[in-house]
Formats: sequence, structure tokens, C-alpha cells
Amino acid sequence: MHSLLLVLGLGLMWVLLSGHYTTLLLTLGLISCLIVWFFSQKMDLVDHEGHPLHLKPIKLIMYSAWLGVEVVKSNFDVARRIISPSLPIRPRLLTVPTSQKTELGQVIYANSITLTPGTVSINLRGREIEVHALAQAPAGALLTGDMDKRVTSIERPQPEDPRAGQR
Amino acid sequence: MMLFIDIVSAVCLIGGGVFIVIGSIGLIRMPDFFTRLHAAGVCETLGAWLVLLGLLLQSGWSLVSIKLIMIFLLLVITGPTATHALAKSALHGGVKPKHLDQG
Repeated sequence: MHSLLLVLGLGLMWVLLSGHYTTLLLTLGLISCLIVWFFSQKMDLVDHEGHPLHLKPIKLIMYSAWLGVEVVKSNFDVARRIISPSLPIRPRLLTVPTSQKTELGQVIYANSITLTPGTVSINLRGREIEVHALAQAPAGALLTGDMDKRVTSIERPQPEDPRAGQR
Repeated sequence: MMLFIDIVSAVCLIGGGVFIVIGSIGLIRMPDFFTRLHAAGVCETLGAWLVLLGLLLQSGWSLVSIKLIMIFLLLVITGPTATHALAKSALHGGVKPKHLDQG
């Protein structure tokens, strides 16, 4: 199942990137997809994390849109701090709790924090993320836990995940 | 209609350029390593996004726009990962965040 999805994904990627639809080139593309699949199999890379099926698709799109708006807002905030002559920054370190059940959810949360200018996640310790913030405002926005809840809401619990509960 | 798209695309490209310049200024003005990461974040998010959006409007519906969207997705995933890798290795290598504000 995972292998089929991998080959299909690779094939789609190849067709979209090449733009050639002659039989020879499609065959070559198929062969290269199969070679990549063979190597991934050898390297034991084909697993439950290889595809995004354990996220809720509609929630994921809604979250992406929300995150995009937040990133644009904080971009303007950081840009204003950079160009104002007094450089109004008050850097600080803070620790935010995570409520995600899966590793993928934690990665999405930590990456969202870093993607937003003004906050960079510098360490993941157990179930807490250490964050370096540029000033009070971005740190305060993070501490409300709004983003944390939104990331948790896109997760789909994975009962068949063999590695769950081992952390 | 073509003129309108051209104008919007030009505004996006110029805006992206402005944000990249602001990010670069921040890279120079910021006092230490970790605050510089925040300035670089401006370049790699809104700066790059606006440039890509401007190019997307120029390309219209074609395979080129799909490639631009793929570049966008790649940036969204790899950008923060690289920033986090830098921050963590700096912390690991003994760089301490300076000018910390307690509280």
C-alpha cells in the first residue's frame, strides 16, 4: 500500500516536472520511479510517515490558510522592528507545552513556530518546545496556545502506529 | 485584464524585493546570532512568497506554475527546518543568546 502510493506519487511528480508525454520518455520515467522505489525499500524508508494520509485534509487546508495570514502579520511586525531606528527588540527564551499526539504533529507545530518570523524553536525537550522570541508581542501570541490547539486539531489519531507509546 | 495582472505581478515582485532588502538590513543590524535568524526569516517567508506569487501571475496556467508551487511548498517545509537546525547546532556549540530580557 505504502509502496504503491510512493510509486504513484513519484510518477505524478515526474510527469508534472517533465512535461513530455511520448511513450519512450514515460517508460523511462516509470523505470526511474521503480528504481527509486527499489532503493527506498532497501533503505527501509517506506513507512507510515511517507505520506500525509494521517492528517485531516480539510482541517489541514484551513490551518495552512490561517498560518499564512499569521506569518504575513508577523512579517510586517518584524519588518517594522528592523527598520525603526531604535531597534525595539527584547529577545527572550520561553518554553511552550505541546498537546500533539503524534511526532508528525509536533514537527508541524515546531516548524510553524519557526516559520513565523519573531519566534524560532530551538529545542524539543520531551513534550515541551524551547522557543527564542524576538520581543514580548510574538512570545505572548505563542503563549496563548492558539497555534498549539489548531495543530492538534488537524491530527488524526494513529492506533496502528507501532512506535506510539514508546517515547 | 493582461495589464491588471501585469501590475499586480509587478507590485508583488517589488514588494518581495523590499522585504528581502529589509531582511538583509535586519541581518546586519541585529545584535546576535539568534536575533539574526528572525531577520533572515523575513527574507525566506514573505520576501520569497511575494516573489513567487509575482512569477506565478506572470506564468499563467502552465507546467511552470506547477513547478513554482512545488518550489513554494519546498521552501515552506525546508526553510524552518534549516533555521531550526542552525539554531539548535548554535546552541549545542555553545553560542548563548545575548541581551535576554527576563520575564
